Amino acid sequence: MAYSEKLIDHFENPKNVGTLDKNEKNVGTGLVGAPECGDVMRLQIQVNEETGIIEDAKFKTFGCGSAIASSSLATEWLKGKSIDEALDIDNMDIVEELALPPVKIHCSVLAEDAIKGAIEDYKAKNAED
Amino acid sequence: MSQKKVVYLDNNATTPVDPRVVEAMLPYFTEHFGNAASRNHPYGWAAEEGVDYGREQVAKLIGASPKEIIFTSGATESDNLAIKGVFEMYARKGNHIITVNTEHKAVLDTCKALEKKGAEVTYLSVKPDGMLDLEELKAAIKPNTILVSVMWANNETGVIQDMEAIGKICEEAGVLFFTDATQAAGKVPIDVKKMGIHLLAMSAHKMYGPKGIGALYVRRRNPRVKVTAQMHGGGHERGMRSGTLNVPGIVGFGKAAEIALAEMETEAKRLAKLRDRLESELLKIEETYLNGHKENRMPHVTNISFKHVEGEGLMMTFNKHLSVSSGSACTSASLEPSYVLLAYGLGSDLAHSSIRFSLGRFTTEEDIDMTIAELRRGTQHMRDLSPIWEMYKDGIDLNAVKWTEH
Repeated sequence: MAYSEKLIDHFENPKNVGTLDKNEKNVGTGLVGAPECGDVMRLQIQVNEETGIIEDAKFKTFGCGSAIASSSLATEWLKGKSIDEALDIDNMDIVEELALPPVKIHCSVLAEDAIKGAIEDYKAKNAED
Repeated sequence: MSQKKVVYLDNNATTPVDPRVVEAMLPYFTEHFGNAASRNHPYGWAAEEGVDYGREQVAKLIGASPKEIIFTSGATESDNLAIKGVFEMYARKGNHIITVNTEHKAVLDTCKALEKKGAEVTYLSVKPDGMLDLEELKAAIKPNTILVSVMWANNETGVIQDMEAIGKICEEAGVLFFTDATQAAGKVPIDVKKMGIHLLAMSAHKMYGPKGIGALYVRRRNPRVKVTAQMHGGGHERGMRSGTLNVPGIVGFGKAAEIALAEMETEAKRLAKLRDRLESELLKIEETYLNGHKENRMPHVTNISFKHVEGEGLMMTFNKHLSVSSGSACTSASLEPSYVLLAYGLGSDLAHSSIRFSLGRFTTEEDIDMTIAELRRGTQHMRDLSPIWEMYKDGIDLNAVKWTEH
């Protein structure tokens, strides 16, 4: 199975690898997957409280190349988006952009779940306001 | 593709055909193209001569007589013929088959198919080092047991079972002993008589021969063993496997067996040295674990788990330069990692983190140096990316984390 150049680039030179302080109020963290299943994704967003825009996104992923590339791409897409715009990211957009083969579609689903998880976490933290 | 050589350490999957084997085969495609069953003209005689010689060479590799070799299309067919053939032939004696849950799918799926046809199958488990508990085997034998099927060497870990002891148990109990020796044949000494083996499966392409040709050894004396044919037709191979003989394949198989036998001792020593160096260097990487028995093992195989790194992803860090295989299957079709490693008692996470390195005849010192460097770099890359490695480093108990299974 040969992978697309975009996928390989995201795998070899992943964007936005790292960790944000999950205790910060303006940081939302999504942790999805399980080690037993062979993939775990942690995706974090940092939201500008004035503008409501995602100003930074970071990830770390344990998984195959497609899972790593999907999460790297997701962080790229998240930066500069509002929360509502971020919720519109669909896993099939990731499939298309990276030309994921059918057996790897679940990696894009995981990335979408991680985005949603991070947003939910951010919203929950800021709900009382 | 670049012209740069890609190091190949996946010789348990298949091996390149040795140039000496290709050379031996070539005349049988053109000059000696005859049908070995054509008894009345020189084309047939030449083909038959090639087949006879190949049969002798293959028999010699395992200490059998040429008449005991049945040529097939490969080990999968040999496994099917042995197990289904015995089940049908010895139906009056019983219907119970004993095998092990670390066998190749060609054995396990054949047994499962027979269960639907009235067979009773016992799947024994193994100890954490991959070895079968012989007391459990003894205890599993019943009056209606007809066959014990235990592979010689495991394809994923290289672990070798105590064949002589198993042969003795089978002999005492009066049951047939079949072994899938696909990985072992041509790599370690095999003597079917000494080991008390009644049936043995093997394949040419795992020992530097061509694909599409294999054999089943069927013992002819003490006792005389028979299998019911699964392929019907011209009555070839003593009626046990019909079909025009693959003459170039058989000639190549024979040559491959001859070379493997002649070079076995020196090659095993050379490979064990290379393997041991590779293994000891890789085990120096933090949180890496050897899978399977350290001593009872083939000389050219090592299987190592790189904790908190997913195997398929790890392979992607070096697959332009190095070919190995992983016990992780990260596809929607099968999220299950290696069933062999799970049977050894590994957690799914460690099984997903495993890489199998299988060296071969054409593996060099430089290949090993390069592999060590690639694995160090790749493991680092993957761990820098791994959230669970970070959590582990932060002292978080991963078992206490509530994961979202998917």
